[in-house]
Amino acid sequence: MSQPHLLVHEQADNVGVVVVEGLKAGADMLCVVTADNSSFHLTAKADVPIGHKVALKDLKSGDTAMKYGEDIGRFVADVEKGGHVHVHNLKTKRW
Amino acid sequence: MALNGKSTIRAYRRENGRVGVRNHVVILPVDDISNAACEAVANNIKGTMALPHAYGRLQFGEDLDLHFRTMIGTGSNPNVAAVIVIGIEPGWTQRIVEGIAKTGKPVEGFAIEQNGDLKTIMDASRKAKEFVHWASELPREECRMSELWISTKCGESDTTTGLGSCPTVGNMYDKLIPEGIYGVFGETSEITGAEHICKERAASAEVGERWYAMWKAYQDEVIEAHKIDDLSESQPTKGNIEGGLTTIEEKALGNLEKIGRSCRYIDILEPAEQPTNGPGLYFMDTSSAAAECVTLMAAGGYVIHTFPTGQGNVVGNPIVPVIKISANPRTLRTMSEHIDVDVTGILRRDMTLEEAGDTLIDMIGRTANGRSTAAEALGHREFVMTKLYRSA
Repeated sequence: MSQPHLLVHEQADNVGVVVVEGLKAGADMLCVVTADNSSFHLTAKADVPIGHKVALKDLKSGDTAMKYGEDIGRFVADVEKGGHVHVHNLKTKRW
Repeated sequence: MALNGKSTIRAYRRENGRVGVRNHVVILPVDDISNAACEAVANNIKGTMALPHAYGRLQFGEDLDLHFRTMIGTGSNPNVAAVIVIGIEPGWTQRIVEGIAKTGKPVEGFAIEQNGDLKTIMDASRKAKEFVHWASELPREECRMSELWISTKCGESDTTTGLGSCPTVGNMYDKLIPEGIYGVFGETSEITGAEHICKERAASAEVGERWYAMWKAYQDEVIEAHKIDDLSESQPTKGNIEGGLTTIEEKALGNLEKIGRSCRYIDILEPAEQPTNGPGLYFMDTSSAAAECVTLMAAGGYVIHTFPTGQGNVVGNPIVPVIKISANPRTLRTMSEHIDVDVTGILRRDMTLEEAGDTLIDMIGRTANGRSTAAEALGHREFVMTKLYRSA
């Protein structure tokens, strides 16, 4: 298999992790779900640094972010499919 | 063929039967004001190491108990051959000497009051020189991998630690815990968001309930009592955020990958407490700050530390080799001198978790046999005491 650009832990997740350096907006990303080794393609809508997250579908403020098949926080701004997900649009539900 | 629990390592069999992988002669200060004398002795006698620290005066209650437990545990660690203890007065000095002496290893205490630094340094240096001659003739002997006590704690985590380096440690534990090693994980605050999963990973419902009560007490008594915001930039750290981690929940779920798929923890340890329920995985109630946590686990008797990192935490420990594991290609590209085990192949999908776990086990064997870790070669000797509250 060629090297993936984005890894997703579980099928239930709505965000994935960029695992290559220098990813640019418009890039066609090969995405792999590590739980079952299935793959799909997604277009990046922003320059996203390695390690940062990308939305796998259009998400609304108030939605729950899912990673590892678990709740990792609440969106506080809308984010489009392929958009950059981080502290500007996702917050903890704790503390 | 991959190493396993039955594989032979060459290590130090201590008087109490425990296996150590290093052979340090330690000069241990009871308190902050004895650091200077300890450092002078270590300067005089080559092959010794002083462990300066910031505390040991006017502590009381649970905080003082933790101080003594950390001091005695550090001296008792099987990676330490012999110990010189120096304190300002003889009472607490002797208490630490007697605690370490229970292991059967050579230990001697010196007090500064009514002697002064100079006479103390001279007397302690003579004894330290004897200890170095003795320790330097101790041979490494054949021991088993399964006799190792192996701790874990991750640091400067990012999203690659949850994908690669933490599951690598988990795979190692899944293979070696059933073979009879002692394991330990901790970082109480950093399980927040995955506490429901951690509670279920206890060996029994009773242990899980005790774990949850301990976790909840930290939330209520420390975080809720002192927080002024959502702790962003502290937990997760600024470095975690740079690496792509956004929330404590996300960080916690990645952290917990270190305990693998099948291990169950069998008991909960106080900070710096030695396990007494036999081989298996333990949870220790610790801070998530790297140097504090590794120091506590070393005091608990663990002899090798496995440390997954994403962004590149550079921490080491004076008496325990800290093995760094990373899956982040940028970290391997920019600061590879800090990384012992490269598991970037997991992200490229050309290395399986099974292969990564075996690579780590191989590095544990080499480290036990004497290979210097990156942190040892670079001189990282962070020794940081945990303080529970202000001194009297």
